[in-house]
Amino acid sequence: MSGGAAGSRTSRLVRRALFYAALILVLAVFVFPFFWMAFNSFKTHEKITEYPPVFWFAPTLGNFKNVFLQGQFFQYTWNSILVSFGAVGVGMGLGLPAAYGIARHGHRGLALGILVCRMIPGISFLVPWFIVFRVLGLLDTFAGLIIAHLVITVPLITWIMIGFFEEVPIELEEAGRIDGCSRVGVFLRIALPLVRPGLVSAGILALIFAWNSFLFPLILAGVKTKTLPVLVYSFMTFDYLDLGGIYAASTLVTLPVVLMVLLVQRQFIRGLTIGGLKG
Amino acid sequence: MAPGAGIVRRRAGRPLAGGLGLSRWVDRHISWFFVLPAALFLTAVVAFPVVYTAGLSLFQWSGAAATPPAWVGPRNYADVFAGDPGFRNALLVTAYFTGVSVLIEVVLGVGLAQLLNREFLGKGLARTLLILPVAGTPVALALVWRNMYNPSNGIFTWFADLLHLPPQRWIADAATVVPSLVLFDVWQWTPLVMLITLAGLVSLPTDFYEAAQIDGASPWQVFWRITLPLVRPTIVAAAMLRFMDSVKTFDQIYVTTQGGPGIASQTLNLFVFDQAFQYLHFGYASALLVVLFFVILAGNLILVTVRRGQV
Repeated sequence: MSGGAAGSRTSRLVRRALFYAALILVLAVFVFPFFWMAFNSFKTHEKITEYPPVFWFAPTLGNFKNVFLQGQFFQYTWNSILVSFGAVGVGMGLGLPAAYGIARHGHRGLALGILVCRMIPGISFLVPWFIVFRVLGLLDTFAGLIIAHLVITVPLITWIMIGFFEEVPIELEEAGRIDGCSRVGVFLRIALPLVRPGLVSAGILALIFAWNSFLFPLILAGVKTKTLPVLVYSFMTFDYLDLGGIYAASTLVTLPVVLMVLLVQRQFIRGLTIGGLKG
Repeated sequence: MAPGAGIVRRRAGRPLAGGLGLSRWVDRHISWFFVLPAALFLTAVVAFPVVYTAGLSLFQWSGAAATPPAWVGPRNYADVFAGDPGFRNALLVTAYFTGVSVLIEVVLGVGLAQLLNREFLGKGLARTLLILPVAGTPVALALVWRNMYNPSNGIFTWFADLLHLPPQRWIADAATVVPSLVLFDVWQWTPLVMLITLAGLVSLPTDFYEAAQIDGASPWQVFWRITLPLVRPTIVAAAMLRFMDSVKTFDQIYVTTQGGPGIASQTLNLFVFDQAFQYLHFGYASALLVVLFFVILAGNLILVTVRRGQV
């Protein structure tokens, strides 16, 4: 009898070890490209192109120095911050009341419109925008870029926030009405404070996807307003291909996103999965 | 995570029907002020461009401000359907890329969710690390993957060497470019399917599992007979989400291959981009966009129908 118990314990231990081995393997696969990106950003161009790949080398900060000196990196970083925060700010202004209207007053038509907006590839907006923006003088302006990025932020914010507004107990809002709050007052003073965790996840998700956007600024931004992803890409098309610069610039553009994910992973997962389920 | 988030779609209560005639009218119409800004935005920035594109698709135009568009009627559509080899190729590449990636992501994502749906050391850390591919900047990730796929010195080439596989040319070879891009897409998006499925698994009722344990069902039976049917709506939702975004994939392909070698990885998205911003065929590109719009709409309608049938 005791032999059997010991056997089942070893088999449990073996299963446990197998599980952790599988887990580590899975995590390694998904993290590796990030590791490789950061790792190579400390190598010289020559070391990066060496074959077989080098795992032991004298690290250098030269690539980062090149990125900082070349191509107005700080200007483009500022542009990226301006465009993504602008698009999230305006997106909140449009998306929050819309989500509330859909959750509480059942505006199915608007919900459908936002879903269609979510489905259409960015390129479909880009052709007409390019033409109209040129006429209106919106090419290479922050206003134009922020308007374009609203197509990313508004559906995301609305879709996530519908779920959060639906979870607000209707009784609280009714109590507010009885106490003499107007409908707008109920929205601002009762519903909004209650969905604050949702605001955080929606805001951060929208911020990340606006920050990551490449196609819109590729066409609509010019010298003045170019954002970081376009700069990173342009490192590839320089006459002299500088792999070190590419890895360093890639690392720098990804770093804020990674930090945001690490800081707010719980809200991030909640935002992604709710947005996903509702989609 | 909210209990049952999204699985059960709870309809919110109707608005308070306050008072008589006038105040009821105000109540009913004030709700429009909530949705008005977003509705105006959708009209100006989304609906207008779509209509404009439909109109422009009947013209031929190089986009030059000096020469106005020239009316050609439905000729652009005739060109699309009369067998433009570029369009047919793009349609096939898109179907291949999207179909295979979404299928693999769903199967793998559900499997991984099953693996991680238990208590273990470092669960929070594992989930955080798994979000990184979803959140990382696509251009940066694509540049890394492009270099990892380098046939002469990429790390994948080295892995293939270590495993004594015949030399691979990855994205540089028309035969392997789409599978290579699928691998990139699977790496990037499987975690999302996994996280969505995991959220669904966590909120499943436990009584079925207790009953199955009493009846002595094997883990395999439990998975196929209980877990899968219960979590199926969530899986279909995740598949829909992936389908929508997979058709839209641009950055990853543009940065790694630009649709090449030749046109071997040119999806509809990239094909339209080239027609508009490379060759300045704005009229023809508009016709393609209208067709693309209906392709996507049809794809989503099919998925919605499938979902309705299963829920």
